[in-house]
Amino acid sequence: MEPNSSKWVAGHVASLPKSGIRDFFELVAKMKGREVISLGVGEPDFATPWHIREAAIYSLEKGRTFYTSNLGSPELRREISRYVSREFGIDYRSDDQVIVTVGVSEALDLAFRAFLNPGDKVMYHQPCYVSYHPSIGLAHGEAIPVPTYAKDGFALTAEALEEAWQPGAKILMLNLPCNPTGGTCSREQLEKIAAFAVEKDLLVLSDEIYSELTFEGEHTSIATFPGMWERTIFLHGFSKAYAMTGWRIGYACGPTALIDAMMKVHQYAMMCASIIAQDAAVEALRNGDDAVANMREQYHRRRDLVIRRFNEMGLDCHSPRGSFYAFPSVAGTGMTEAQFAQGLLETRKVAVVPGTAFGPGGKNHVRACFATGYEDLMVACDRMERFIAESDRS
Amino acid sequence: MNPVLKLLLEGGSLSTAQMAQVAGLSEAEVEQHLDQLKQDKILLGWRPVLDLSREAAADAAVEAVIEVKITPERGGGFDRLAERTARFDEVHTCMLVSGGYDLLVIVRGRSLQKVAAFVSEKLSTIEGVLSTSTHFILRYYKDQGFMLGTDESSGQRLDVAP
Repeated sequence: MEPNSSKWVAGHVASLPKSGIRDFFELVAKMKGREVISLGVGEPDFATPWHIREAAIYSLEKGRTFYTSNLGSPELRREISRYVSREFGIDYRSDDQVIVTVGVSEALDLAFRAFLNPGDKVMYHQPCYVSYHPSIGLAHGEAIPVPTYAKDGFALTAEALEEAWQPGAKILMLNLPCNPTGGTCSREQLEKIAAFAVEKDLLVLSDEIYSELTFEGEHTSIATFPGMWERTIFLHGFSKAYAMTGWRIGYACGPTALIDAMMKVHQYAMMCASIIAQDAAVEALRNGDDAVANMREQYHRRRDLVIRRFNEMGLDCHSPRGSFYAFPSVAGTGMTEAQFAQGLLETRKVAVVPGTAFGPGGKNHVRACFATGYEDLMVACDRMERFIAESDRS
Repeated sequence: MNPVLKLLLEGGSLSTAQMAQVAGLSEAEVEQHLDQLKQDKILLGWRPVLDLSREAAADAAVEAVIEVKITPERGGGFDRLAERTARFDEVHTCMLVSGGYDLLVIVRGRSLQKVAAFVSEKLSTIEGVLSTSTHFILRYYKDQGFMLGTDESSGQRLDVAP
């Protein structure tokens, strides 16, 4: 027994709710070994392409086991600068406008800690990635969730932003394409959001980790609109496009003064990202285009498959323009998202995540990740179909 | 590109019904595409990829790669001799290559002796065959895109992750 040791936990941490995904994880863990097909993951099913792994092995062989510069190895920053210019049309100097981080998660934490004074407000669209709300709280900021709706394909609209805005709002947090909804914004919508950010003088943190997994049309970064470069932190990483989740490597680009502020936090908290992961990332940027295109094509076809099947079985589901998540509504089944996810797991051994794990806006929805092989996807769809048919009868 | 051909090139082993789902076609349409590919002599047949080092699959387990030098002929080049070589049942694969020899031939047999006998009695005695150099295969590490013996799956992923 540890009597009353919890008294030492900081108040704002103690009051932080545990991730809703955690509860569901425990539930799935109990079913382990009983042929559960999991659509509950948030990462690619591909292992990192071999040429990238091989570059990391080579790096170790050469004895590259030291710290790098706080900002990240100059080599990697140069490649990032080139890549972001080539793929997104945004120019950042590798010397002082790029910082390499331990995944986008760290970059996000750095940004909140570097830019928020206690009580500053952060607007973000919701349902959203599980860590946005807690990260804001940990940096003593105040969260202003902005709802997105199934009828818009979960795209964020300037109107919703306008409505949710409060005095004291300082940061606008974007994640397009979005985990968990796969929502994206059209160029016109994005233009309006940019104008809104300029009008309200907001700093924009743009998490574009799923941008390479855009299936239709071109991905546009909000940083490319007039007046946006100077107020945008562009967040990106290697986890999704290059299937490098476990390497924990990402980056942030932005105006010098802002990157400098993030670097201050980073240098004391983290020193630098792992050099092995940095060397692997250099290889990914130099020679990884084909592997990315190949994986995107696979996800694209899987998306078409699951979206078609979901709609056929009565789960209303918009076709996400990007990411590897489908976010169908389970309202038609008469079950709540939690009942649906739990029932499906227990009776048919398929794991999907209740939408409310991503905020209250995920009510009546579940997240199904289609980063899983065809065979398993088809079996999972068959099982879901049976589950729905059976629950209809009862 | 023919969507079914695309799936075949990826090397999966989907059934017709599964291909239909993945490609968003009806089963009848997939059958049609497959028939067309057969008619066009693009799809020649189906074969499993087996790990022949496993005992259960060890029948016909001896394989040799043979470099063959041949004399090209007026009018036909290498074709007549290459086809003549290829027609033997023992020959699994036969191709014309650039470099220090002309044909690269893969031969399969039940035993080392059988393969050796094929080379010395059949292959090297064909008129026009100048020389052969036989390499017995000791071990496969990768065959037709499949890694052998190394298990690399996504089974180590967490079941639920943000």
